[in-house]
Amino acid sequence: MIDISALLDEIKASPYREIVIATPHTGRLTFAGLRTGDTVLGPQGQWKEKPGTQLATLERERNPKPICAPEKGEISNLYSELEGQFVEAGTPLAVLRHMLTREEVLRLILQKALHLFCAPERAKYYFTPEVDKKIRASDAHSVAVRDGMEILIMSRMKREVPLHYRGPDGVIYEVYFKYNENVDAGAPLIGVCPRDQLSAIQEVIMRVQTEWKDRG
Amino acid sequence: MDNNIAKRIQSLRDRLTYLQDIFAGKHADNANLLEERLAAFTERARWAQLDDPYADIASLEDLFAYVERRLEDCITPMDKVRIVRHPQRVCLRDILENVYDNFTEVGGQDEHSLDPGMLIARAVITRRSGKKSHTQSVMVIGQEKGHGAEFRNGGSVKPWGNAKALQYMRVAETEGIPIHAYIFTPGSYPIEDYPGAAQQIARNIYGMAGLRVPVVAVISEGGSGGAEAIGLADKRLMLSHGYYSVISPEGAAAIEGRIKEGERATPELIEHCAEHLRITAQDNLAFGYIDRIVQEPPLGARPWHFDFFRHLRQEVIRATDEVIISTRRMPLLKSIALSRRRKADANLDEMHMGWGLSASAKERLRERRQQKFLRLSRQAACDRRPFWTKTATAFCDWLAKPWRTFKYDFYRKHQRQMRSMMEEVSNEWDLFRNRLLSPWRRLSHKLPGRAENAQAQLELTALSAWSGDGRKSKWNYISPRFKIDRTLTCPNSASYGCLDLWGPDLFAEFAGVCSHCGYHFPMEPEWYVKNVFDVGSVFEFNSEIEAGNPLDFPDFSARVAEAQQKTGSKSGCMTFEARIDGIKMVVAMLMGTFRGGSVGAAEGYKFVEAAQRAAKKRYPFLAYVHGTAGIRIQEGTHGVIQMPRCTVAVRRYIESGGLYMVLYDTNSFAGPLASFLGCSPYQFAVRSSNIGFAGPGVIKETTGMDIPPKYHRSYRALSRGHIQGIWDRRQIRANLKQALLTIGGRNLYYR
Repeated sequence: MIDISALLDEIKASPYREIVIATPHTGRLTFAGLRTGDTVLGPQGQWKEKPGTQLATLERERNPKPICAPEKGEISNLYSELEGQFVEAGTPLAVLRHMLTREEVLRLILQKALHLFCAPERAKYYFTPEVDKKIRASDAHSVAVRDGMEILIMSRMKREVPLHYRGPDGVIYEVYFKYNENVDAGAPLIGVCPRDQLSAIQEVIMRVQTEWKDRG
Repeated sequence: MDNNIAKRIQSLRDRLTYLQDIFAGKHADNANLLEERLAAFTERARWAQLDDPYADIASLEDLFAYVERRLEDCITPMDKVRIVRHPQRVCLRDILENVYDNFTEVGGQDEHSLDPGMLIARAVITRRSGKKSHTQSVMVIGQEKGHGAEFRNGGSVKPWGNAKALQYMRVAETEGIPIHAYIFTPGSYPIEDYPGAAQQIARNIYGMAGLRVPVVAVISEGGSGGAEAIGLADKRLMLSHGYYSVISPEGAAAIEGRIKEGERATPELIEHCAEHLRITAQDNLAFGYIDRIVQEPPLGARPWHFDFFRHLRQEVIRATDEVIISTRRMPLLKSIALSRRRKADANLDEMHMGWGLSASAKERLRERRQQKFLRLSRQAACDRRPFWTKTATAFCDWLAKPWRTFKYDFYRKHQRQMRSMMEEVSNEWDLFRNRLLSPWRRLSHKLPGRAENAQAQLELTALSAWSGDGRKSKWNYISPRFKIDRTLTCPNSASYGCLDLWGPDLFAEFAGVCSHCGYHFPMEPEWYVKNVFDVGSVFEFNSEIEAGNPLDFPDFSARVAEAQQKTGSKSGCMTFEARIDGIKMVVAMLMGTFRGGSVGAAEGYKFVEAAQRAAKKRYPFLAYVHGTAGIRIQEGTHGVIQMPRCTVAVRRYIESGGLYMVLYDTNSFAGPLASFLGCSPYQFAVRSSNIGFAGPGVIKETTGMDIPPKYHRSYRALSRGHIQGIWDRRQIRANLKQALLTIGGRNLYYR
C-alpha cells in the first residue's frame, strides 16, 4: 500500500520532468542559438507533423541532422561548451524541464496506485458477460476482482480465449481498452485498486483536477 | 413613399454596391457621385418633397446607366474576376429560368443533392417553324454558385459532383439530346476521397472526348480543372465579362511571389498576375480556345438583365444549330444554312431545325470535335524542327501509310491463311533446291580444312571466360550524385530506424533505394532512360520542339532558358522510341527536373505527337511521369488547353486499339493527372511517389482543411483504385515487360 497524498506532495515539490537530450550518434555539434531559460515547443499540429523547436544540428559525414525538442518545456541546462565539438553518441547536450500537465500528473499517480493488468498479446478484448452486465448496470467500480477470476475474453480472428485475472484483489478503477479495437501486447487493459484505497484515490484525483494549474 | 419607388431605389442601391465591390476602391469619385445623388433622392422621396418622383428616378437610373457604360471601358482583368465572383452575378438557375422555356432539376434539389455545386436539369426550348411549334430537349449541366449560398461551395465541385455530371452526360447520349454546359467554377474541390478529384476529372474529359451528342459550353468563370471537367465541347461560348484561366490570380500570385503558408500575396501582385495570365474572353478568342463571345451588358450581367438572357438564348440555340449543321455532308446546303443563322437579325426561335443526328453524323461530330481540339495551341510552342525534317517526316508518313494499311489491316487479318500458303510454297522450294544442289554439296563436303564445329572447338581448347560478369555494376547509368562523399538520412528513419546511407552506395549500387525500409530517393530522368530500356535502343524524336513564353509573361523567358540550360533539354517532355527485351514502344516522359515537370504548349504538342506516332506504328505507348507539378501556369490557357487536347489524342490512340500505360514517379499533381494521365486504364506508380490533385498548401488555402501528413502517398491512390500497382524502382524493367506481355497479350498491340 502506498501513500497517495505523499506521492502528490512529492510531485508538487518538483512539478516537472527533466528530459535529458542526448546525441543519437557521433558528430560535430552546432547549437541553434538558444539559451538557458528559453522556452521550446514540442511537435505541433493535429498529427504532430511539425517537428519541435530545433535545439542543435549534429553533423556526421557531411550530413547535418537537426535535433529537435521532444516536448514543450524550458531549457534548464545547455552544455554550450560542446559548441563546434565532435561528440560521442549519447553525450547530453541539453536538459529540458517539462512542466507536468494535469493529465500527466493523473497518469503518474494512477500508474503508481493501481495494479495494471496487461494484455498478453495483440488482440481484441471483451469483458465476460457477467462482468459486462455489472459494468453496464452501474459502473466499473462496482466490479470486484480476485486472483484467478475469469474476467476477460481475448478474441483473435474469432478464436475466443477466456482470460484469468492475476494480481491483488480489488475493484476495477479504470478500463483502458475500447470495444472492437485491437490492443497491443503489453498495453494495460484494466487498472485495479484495493477497495479500501478507492476513496483515497478518488479524493486525490479530485484534488488534482481542481488544484493543479498547468504551467509553462 | 410609393412602393414602386422604394423597389427601384433598392435596385439602384444594389447596383451601387455592386459597382463599388467590383472596382474595389477604384473610381471612387463616380461611386461617390452616385451615392450622393441616390441619398438625396431617397431623402426627398421619403418626405414626399418631389413633384414627379417617377421622372426623377428615371433620370437617376439614366445617370447610373451612363456611369456604368463609361466605367465599362476601364475594366481590368482583375475587375472581371471580381465580377464573376460577385453574388449578384447571374448564375445557372437564373439562366435556366430565363433562357429555357421550362426545366426540371434532375441531379438533386438545393442542398439535398449529392453535390449542390453541380446542377443538372432537363430543359426545353420551344421553337416555331411557320405555325407549328416544336419542343426540343437539352441536358443542362453546370456549376451553380447560387448567389453566394454557402452550401453550393461557390461552384467548387467535389469529385462525386463531377461523377454525377458524367453520369447525366451518358444519359443525354443515350437519349440523343444536346448537352449545354455552363461553367461557373473557380476550380474543383481538391480532395482525394473516392473517386478522387483528379481521377474523376480525367474520366469526365475522357468521356466527353467521345460523346456522340452535340455539346455546347458557356464559360463564365472557368477555373482550370473544374472547368475542363464539363468543358470539352463542340462549341465554346464565353460571356464577355468572364474569365477562363489555368489558376486563380491569387493562386498564381502565391506561386509567383513564393508565398509561404499563412501569408497573403499583395493585391498589386495579384492584379499583375491577372493581367499577364490573359484570362479574359477577348484574349481567349484571339488564342482560338473559345469560338464566340456573348456580349454582356455594361459591368456584367445580373439577374435583372432580361435582354441579356434573350441574347444568350439566341446564342446557345445558334451554337447548337451550327454544331448540327457542321455534321452535314452537303457543303453548299451547309453554308447556306450557316449563313442564314449567322445573320445579326436572325430570330432563331422562328427557325426550327431538328437536333437529332443519324449514326454516321454522330461519328462525324465526334471526329470533328476531336480534330478541333488536336489543332489547338500548336502556335504556342516553338517548333524549331527544320523545314526539311518536317517535310521528310510527312513524306515518310505518306509513303508508309499504304504499307501499314497492308501490314496491319490486311495482312494481320489474313495472317494464318497466308502463312500456311507461304509454308507450302517454301517447303516445295526447299525440296526442289536440295535436289538441285545435292551434287555440288556432295563435292564440297569432301574438301579438306572445312571447320565444322569452330565454336565447339574454341570452347574445348580456350580458357573459360566470366559469364554473367558479376563484378560490373548492374546499372548502365548511375546518378552523378554518387561522387559526393557524404551520408544521407532516410526520411523514414524516425519511424523505421533506418541507419544513415552513404551517398556513393545509395546512388550507385542501391539505385537510390534505402536498404533498410525501401524508401526511394528521387533519381534523375536519365537513370530511367538508360536503365529501364535496352541499351542503345532509345531514339529521341521531336527534341526540337521548345518550351517558350507564349504569353510574354514577365521574366519568364529567362527562367525557361535557365531550365533548358540546366537540364540540357528543350522542354519538360522527352519523347522517344525504345525497346525492352526487343518489345518496341513509344515513350513520353515528363521530367520533374524541367520547371517541376509542368506541362505547357510544347510538352502537350510532343505528347500528342508521340501518341499519334504510337498509333501509326502500332506500338504500345508508355507515359513515364518522372514528376509533374501540373499545368505551367505562366502559359495560361495555352497550358490548360493541353488537358482536353492530350486526352483526345490518348482516346483516339486507345480506341484505335493501342495499349496506353502510365507510370508515376516522385510527385505527380494537378492538371496532367486530371486529364491525359489519369484517364489511362493501366496506371502504376513507383514506390515513395505522391499522387494527387492539389498539394497540401493549396488544399489548406482553398478548403481550410488540415490534411494528414501522408495524404498523397501512392498507397492511398492504390487503395482508392486510382492506380493498379506499386513497383520497386529496381524492378521497373521486369515489371514493365511483364505488364506489356500480359496486358498487351501475345501480339502486344493488336486486337
